[in-house]
Formats: sequence, structure tokens, C-alpha cells
Amino acid sequence: MAGIFSANAWEKVWVYRGTFLLGLSNTALTAIAALLLSLFLGIIFGLMATSGKKGLLFISRIYVEIIQNTPLILQLCFLYYALAFSKNSIGIIPTGMIAIGIYHGAYMAEVVRAGIQSIPKGQFEAAQSQGFHYVGQMYYIILPQSIKIILPPMVNQVVNLIKNTSCLYIIGGADLISLTYSFVTGASTGGAYAPAYIVSGLLFFIVCFPLSTVASIWENSLKKRDVKTNTLRDAGDERMVVE
Amino acid sequence: MNTLEGSLSILKNPAILLYILKGVGFTLVISVIAVGIGILSGSVLALVRNYCNSGKSRIFKWMAVAYIEIFRNTPLLLWIFICLVFCPSPEFFTHKMLGLSSVEIKILFKAAVALILFTSSVIAEIVRGGLNSVAHGQFEAGHSQGFHIVQVMIYIVLPQAYRNIVPTLLSQVITTIKDSSYLANVATIELMARTKQLLSSAYNYNGLGTVNVSDVFVLFGFAALIYFIINFFLSSLVRYFQKQAA
Repeated sequence: MAGIFSANAWEKVWVYRGTFLLGLSNTALTAIAALLLSLFLGIIFGLMATSGKKGLLFISRIYVEIIQNTPLILQLCFLYYALAFSKNSIGIIPTGMIAIGIYHGAYMAEVVRAGIQSIPKGQFEAAQSQGFHYVGQMYYIILPQSIKIILPPMVNQVVNLIKNTSCLYIIGGADLISLTYSFVTGASTGGAYAPAYIVSGLLFFIVCFPLSTVASIWENSLKKRDVKTNTLRDAGDERMVVE
Repeated sequence: MNTLEGSLSILKNPAILLYILKGVGFTLVISVIAVGIGILSGSVLALVRNYCNSGKSRIFKWMAVAYIEIFRNTPLLLWIFICLVFCPSPEFFTHKMLGLSSVEIKILFKAAVALILFTSSVIAEIVRGGLNSVAHGQFEAGHSQGFHIVQVMIYIVLPQAYRNIVPTLLSQVITTIKDSSYLANVATIELMARTKQLLSSAYNYNGLGTVNVSDVFVLFGFAALIYFIINFFLSSLVRYFQKQAA
């Protein structure tokens, strides 16, 4: 274990702590921009998939299938090299924001679609019969009911999005993982493998663990509530049969 | 137009097609092995996390929890880097084989270990979901028939749990095929890495002496098509199984 107990190596990491903080802030910046883009795309394409219009449904299906069935690294490289070789390069981090945003937008779209489709059709019809506009119907009737179904998987996607910023490495990114790697292999800084990897892993863990824990607790409590309502309903049915 | 023809001529070269095809083979084999071993170790982790609740065995439960949560909340690439440095490679994997050099084989082994470790933690949570979906009465029924806890697991609970998670496991295969592209960061073995490698030497093959935008579109488009065909087939299977279950 190269240097896990060596005070020297830990000291080196401490001296170069700026590298890790820079990486963390780059990762956070990429993740936040990508998250906003993916939420935007997810809501647009999720609504398109549930609009009931064949053309819109088709477009959103194509987007989701193409993006979900190819690796993020491939999409990122495609975007980066296509821009680079056509002399339109926009920089590594902006390219990463766009590619990761588009990739997770497809997952967000599926989450939004599933959430909206879980609402019984009667709710849409009732809203329409009350004279609600499409926006009003979505905002006042459908969204408040579907948000609790949408949020847990959405938080899980956020965790995946944060982890996926690491793929910036392949195009020479400046995110946390890339900077950690160049730190441990650098000529003047190299060698402190164990402490550097522990620090960078810990930084990811500190951000991701609370999010994924909240998501799974949330999901479980929803499931339990579902079971409870179902058993109550079943009990009600039985009572009716007995009567 | 001229450059596009040059780029397309890359794909007409049989040696290059074979090179790409081998990459596809590696991608598939690595993913299947990772998921296969992941199912075994993930099942063990899930069983330990779910049922080691009493007395001293609780320490194993916390170890399983720690393993799953640590791997779930850190990126795969970090584990690939860690395994490259710290994972010992057995004698068997230090030789030339499968058309790869001995250095590449070593990296392949270490990176595959990272992928397996990572996939195990994801599959553990999937299996746990399956275990939790088995009704509690099944355990009691098993016990009342005089079954030992191990027998209850093997004959009653696990078969039902696995049947419930077939679609989720299949979509994990898709995720693992996509995750295997992270190996492109460290070695030129699987499809993604080989595509990137071809792009950087495209000027040798397109007859123009330079790398053009059309090369990017043709090479990455071709790789994307291969990934898409494999994964779309699998995701159609997932949908079929989900319909069957519903």
C-alpha cells in the first residue's frame, strides 16, 4: 500500500490541497450546469412523451433511446472531437456540461414521464372539465401529485450525474478525478497514491452519500405508504364482501 | 464530400473492421463476466446486509453496508485508478494473449476487477430489492415446514427474488456495457478505446493525410451504432419481461 501510513505522503496532499479544492469546484460547476440542462431537457421531453401527440412522443422516444443506449464517454468524445476538428472548440468543461446534461436529460425525461403517467387519467379529465389550461392543469393538479414519485429517482440521477463528471478525464478534463490522477502521476507531486485517492473518494462520498441515502429512505417510505393504503383498501373490499 | 468518402473508406478496410469487432468482443465479454460475478458476490452482500441482524453477525452486516455504500457513492473511474495501483495481478495474467500485449492484459485484469467490484455493489442493491419483494409469509411458511434458514433461502426465497429482478438485472447488463467504456481511459482494449485510437490515426487510412470532422462522425457514429444495436436489443428484452411480469 503505497504510502497509506506515510506521514510524508499525507503532508504532500495537504500542501497541494488547492489542487483537490480546484477539482472539487470544477466538478461541482460541471455538475450544476449539467443538472440544470438535464432538468430542462427532462421536463421538455417528459412532457412531450405524455402529451398524447404521436409526433412529439416519437421525437422524445428517439432522444431517450439513442442517448440511453450509448455510453456517455462516446457521446462526450463525439461532441468534443466534432467541435475540435471543425475548429469550433468551446473548451473541455463547457463540452462536458453539455454532454452530461444531454445524457442525463434522457434519464430525467424517463423519470418525469413515469411520474406523470402514474397519475390516473381521471385527474387529467377532471382538470380539463374544470376549465384548466394545459399549464394550469400540470401546475395545480398533476405536478403536486407526481412530485413525490418523481423526486426519489431524480435524486438518484443527480448522484449518477455527479459521479459521471469523472468521464471528463478522457478529453483531458480538470475535474476532481482528473486532477487527482495528474497529482499522483505528476513529476514533482507524484507517488502519494493512497492518500490522494482516499481524499478524492471521500470528497465524492461526502457529496453523494447524503443524497443517495435521502433518496432511498424517501422511496422506502413511499413504498410503505403504498402497501398500507393497498392493505387498507383490500381490508375495505373484504368488509364489503362480508357485509 | 471528398472527406466523407475518405472517412467511409476507413470502414471498408477489413483489418480495421476486424480490429473494431475484437473491441466489441472484449466489451461484451468484460461486461458479461462483470455481471456474472457481480450476481454471485452481490447476492452474498445482499443476503448479509438483509439478514445478519442478530448478535455478533451484525458486524458482517455493517461491513456489507459499508462496501455497498462506498462503491455506490464514488465514481467507477476512481476505482479503476485505485485497482491499477493496488490490485495484485496473478501470474496467469502477465503473459501475452488474446492479441494483447502482456502490459495490456495486466491492465485489462486490474480494470476488470474494478468493474466487477463496482458492479457487485449495484447488483447487491438490486438483489436486496428482490429479497424485500418476497412476502414475509413465505419465510414463516418455510420455517413451519421445518426448513432451515439456509434451505428457506435456497429453495423458497431466492428463486422468487431472482424471478422478480430479471428485468432489472438485464438493464444492469446494459449499464455495465456502457460502464465498460470507462476502460478506454486506461487501455486500448474495448470498443470505445479502439474507436478513439482509430480516430487519432485516421489520417493513415482515409487517404487524405489529415483527420477531418467526417472521420469523427463516421468512426464514432459507427461505434454508437454498434452500442445502440446491442443495448436496444437488450432493452427490448427488458420491456418484454416487464410486460410478462405485469
